[in-house]
Amino acid sequence: MSPANGAFSANGHVVIVGASLAGLRAAEALREGGFRGRLTLVGDEPYEPYDRPPLSKQVLTGRAAPESTALPQVSGLDAEWRLGTPAVGLDLAAKRVRLADGEELGFDRVLIATGTRARPWPNPEEAALDGVITLRGRDDTVRLRDELAAGPRRVLVIGAGFTGSEIASACRGLGLPVTVTERAATPLAGALGGTIGTVAARLQREYGVDLRCGVSVTSLEGDDAGHVRRAHLDDGTTLEIDVAVVALGAQRNTEWLRDSGLGAGPRGVACDAGCRVFDMYGIVTDDIFAAGDVARSPHPLFGFEFLALEHWSNAIEQAEVAAHNMVHGESERRPYLHVPTFWSFQFGVSIKSAGVPPLGEQVIIVQGSADEPRFVALYGRRGRTVAAVTFDQGKWLEFYVNQIERAAPFPPQYRNVAQPESRQVLQAEFPDPALPTEGPMIVRTGHSPTERAWTLMPARGGRR
Amino acid sequence: MTEQTTTGQPGVLAQILDYANRANPYPLYAKLRETPVFRAPNGSYVVSTYREIWALMHDPRIGVGALGGGAGGEGTGSFIGMDPPTHDRLRRLATSHFEQTEAVRPDMVRTANELIDKMRNKHQIDLVDDFAYPLPVTVICQQLGVPHEDEPRFHPWAEAIITQLDPRPGQESAAAQASAEMNQYMAGLVERYRSEPGAGLLSGLAAEEGLSTQDVVATGRLLLIAGHETTVNLITNGMLTLLRHPDILERLRHEQELAIPLVEELLRYEPPVQINPKYMALDDVDLGDVTIPKGSRIVLVLAAANRDPNRFPDPDRFDPEREDNEHLGFFTGIHYCFGAGLARQEAQVALIELARRLENPRLLQDPPPYRQNPTLRGPRHLPIEIDGVR
Repeated sequence: MSPANGAFSANGHVVIVGASLAGLRAAEALREGGFRGRLTLVGDEPYEPYDRPPLSKQVLTGRAAPESTALPQVSGLDAEWRLGTPAVGLDLAAKRVRLADGEELGFDRVLIATGTRARPWPNPEEAALDGVITLRGRDDTVRLRDELAAGPRRVLVIGAGFTGSEIASACRGLGLPVTVTERAATPLAGALGGTIGTVAARLQREYGVDLRCGVSVTSLEGDDAGHVRRAHLDDGTTLEIDVAVVALGAQRNTEWLRDSGLGAGPRGVACDAGCRVFDMYGIVTDDIFAAGDVARSPHPLFGFEFLALEHWSNAIEQAEVAAHNMVHGESERRPYLHVPTFWSFQFGVSIKSAGVPPLGEQVIIVQGSADEPRFVALYGRRGRTVAAVTFDQGKWLEFYVNQIERAAPFPPQYRNVAQPESRQVLQAEFPDPALPTEGPMIVRTGHSPTERAWTLMPARGGRR
Repeated sequence: MTEQTTTGQPGVLAQILDYANRANPYPLYAKLRETPVFRAPNGSYVVSTYREIWALMHDPRIGVGALGGGAGGEGTGSFIGMDPPTHDRLRRLATSHFEQTEAVRPDMVRTANELIDKMRNKHQIDLVDDFAYPLPVTVICQQLGVPHEDEPRFHPWAEAIITQLDPRPGQESAAAQASAEMNQYMAGLVERYRSEPGAGLLSGLAAEEGLSTQDVVATGRLLLIAGHETTVNLITNGMLTLLRHPDILERLRHEQELAIPLVEELLRYEPPVQINPKYMALDDVDLGDVTIPKGSRIVLVLAAANRDPNRFPDPDRFDPEREDNEHLGFFTGIHYCFGAGLARQEAQVALIELARRLENPRLLQDPPPYRQNPTLRGPRHLPIEIDGVR
C-alpha cells in the first residue's frame, strides 16, 4: 500500500451512491480490506439493503414476506446512511455528491452503484392507471402481491424476459389466468436466444399461460374509476384484464450524472476492467468507481467488449473488485475477470447461465434433452465456447464455466454423459442487439467507452 | 490392482489394501498424495488429492455407466451404477419416496434409547453388534418397508454383496449367489406391495408407472445395503474417535448442538466410504500434467483427499469446530450420497444418546479389530467397558 493510500485508508471519506446489493457488498469489502475512514451510503429508497430475486418469486406467491428480504449485514460496518434521499449530481472537480435534499457530501473516493429501474410504460396516462405495475423494488412487489390477492379476472404481463416470465409463473402458481405478450418470437429471446426461447415458450404454455409472441400492446384502457380493464394489441385483439405488469426491461440510473462529465449514458457508466470510471472523453479517472447493474466495463474474456451485467453475482463480485481497487495502489489492482452467471426459477424449472449467451452465434445441446426439458446448452462464437445455459442441470455448470474461462473449442468434440444421439449445431437466434429487447440481462454496449453504440448525455454548462 | 507390486505408488496402494494396515491407513494416504494422479499397473488411474477428485466428480466426461455395479452390486442396474439421464430419472423417483427430513428423528431417538436400555446390566458392550449395526438396520427397514424380522436372511447377503467393493481379488461367486437371492427376496416384497400397498419406499416405487419390478428391486437393495453397511461404520468410527478424544465426548454430553459439526468432521476424518473405484473416463481428460486416456478406469481415494493439507489446514487433527469443511465423506457431484440426510441424523442421534447415557465408557481394545473391506472401512467390533447407563 502506498503512503497516499495508507492515509486514505486511515482518514479518507468514501461515498457509495446506491444502497442495494453492490453498495452494501462494497462497503463490507472496504472494511474487510482495511479501510478505517468515513463511509457513507446513499440510497433513494427508505429501506436498508434488501435482496431482489425473491421479489418476483416467493414474495409474490406469499411464501416470503417483503421485509424478510433484508440482506444480512456484518456487524461493525460503521457506516453513515442517507436513505430515502437520492443523489442528484456529482461534481468531479470539487469531489462532491449532491443529494435531493440539498445536502452536499464531499468525498475522497466515490462508488457509483445506482443500479437500474424498471422501464416504465411509455404512455404516462396509461401508466398511471391503477393495476398497471412495474416491478423493481419492495414497494412494487407489495402492490403487485395485493393486486394478485384480489383475484383479478386476468393478469397481463407485457414482456417475456426473465422478470416477466417469473411473474407469469407466480401468477400460474396462484391459479390466476395470465396472458404474456412478447415482441420477439419467443420468451427470453434477448437473454437466451430464440432457439432456447422456444423451450421456454413450450414451458409457459404447458403451465397454462396464454403466451402471445410477435405482438405488442398498443394501449391500455381504464374504467371510470381509473383502473385498468382492457389491453389492445397490434394484431387487433383486445384483452379483458384487471392487472397489467409492465416488464419491459431495465433502464440505468445515470441521469443524476448528466452534468458530471463522466462517461455515463443510457447504457451505463463506462469503467475500466478495474472499475475506475471513464470521463466523457474516454480518460480514466482516479477516484470515481462503478459497480453493479449500472456499470459497463470491458471484459477480458469476451474480446474486451463493454458489457453491462444485470446479475446478482455481478453486483457482489464487481463490488468486491471496486472496493479492493479503491484501497490499493496501482501495482496491486485487480481486474474484473468474473464469468457472468445468473439463475431464474420459473414454471418448475431452474434455469442457470454462465458466460455471455448473447455473444453466441450458435447453440448446441451437449447434455440431456430439450423435450423434458433437462439439458445443458453451449453457445459458441467463432469456434469458441462463450456461454452455457442449463435447464434443471445446474449441477454441471461449474465444469462449463471452466470451459468458458479456457475459451474451449466450439462445438465441443469430447464424449460425455447424457450426450444426445445427434449433436446438432443450431443458430442461437438472438434478436439484433441494436434493437431494444425486454430483458437481456447482459447488455452488449460496444468496444470503447465513447463508442457511438450508445448516446452520451450532453454535459450542460460547458464544463471541461 | 491385481498385480503384486511393492515399490513406488502402486506399492503404497497395495499396502493400503493390505488388511494389516486397515486400522490406520492415513500415513499411507499421505504417501499416495505425493503423486496426485498415477497409473496403476492394471491401467486404472488412482487419484488421491482433493482438487483433482473434485474436478473429476463434476466432469461430464467421467461416467460410471459403462462399468455397472456400485454398492448395489455388479450388473444390478441401480442408479449408483448409471449415468444420466437414466440415473437422474430413477434417483428422482426414489427421492420422492424417501423421507429424510427431521420427521424421522423421533423414531431414531426411540430406537437408539431402546438399544441403550438393553445395556443396563452390562459392564462390557460391543458397540457394533449392540448398537451401531441394529440402529441403522431398523431405520432403513422402516424407510423401505422391509420387514425387520427378515434381517437374519438379508444380513449375510448384504455382507457378501459388499465384498464386490473390495478391490482385492476373490469372493466373486459368493457375491453372485447372494445377489441372486437378495433380488428374489426383494422381488417378492415388491410383488406383495403391488397387490397390497403399504408404507415405505418399496410400496411407493411399486406404484410408480414406468418402473419395472427389476428397477424397484435394484433401487430397494441399493438403499437397503448402503443404508446400513455404511452408517454402521459412521457411528462406530464416531464413537471410536470420541473415545480417543474424551474432552470432546464430555463436551457433547452437555452441548448436543455440537453433534452437527462433529458429524461433518467425522465424515472428513474417518469417512465410511474410503475409496470409490467405479468411475471411467468417457474421453481423454487432462488433470494437472496427466492425461487420463479414454476408457481408463478411475479409482478415487476419497479418504486421502479428505486429509489433503492443500484443502484442509492441519488435516490430521480431529476438530469438530473446523470451518469450511466441504469434505468428500458423502462424495460430491451427481452421485452425492442419496441418504446423506438420513445418515447425518442417525449419526447425530447415535452419538448424542451414547454420550448422554453411557457412564464412563472406556475403550477395551485400541485399535479395535476391523472389517476386511478397505472401501467400506470400519471396526468389526468395538469392545467398550461401561460403569452403567444413565
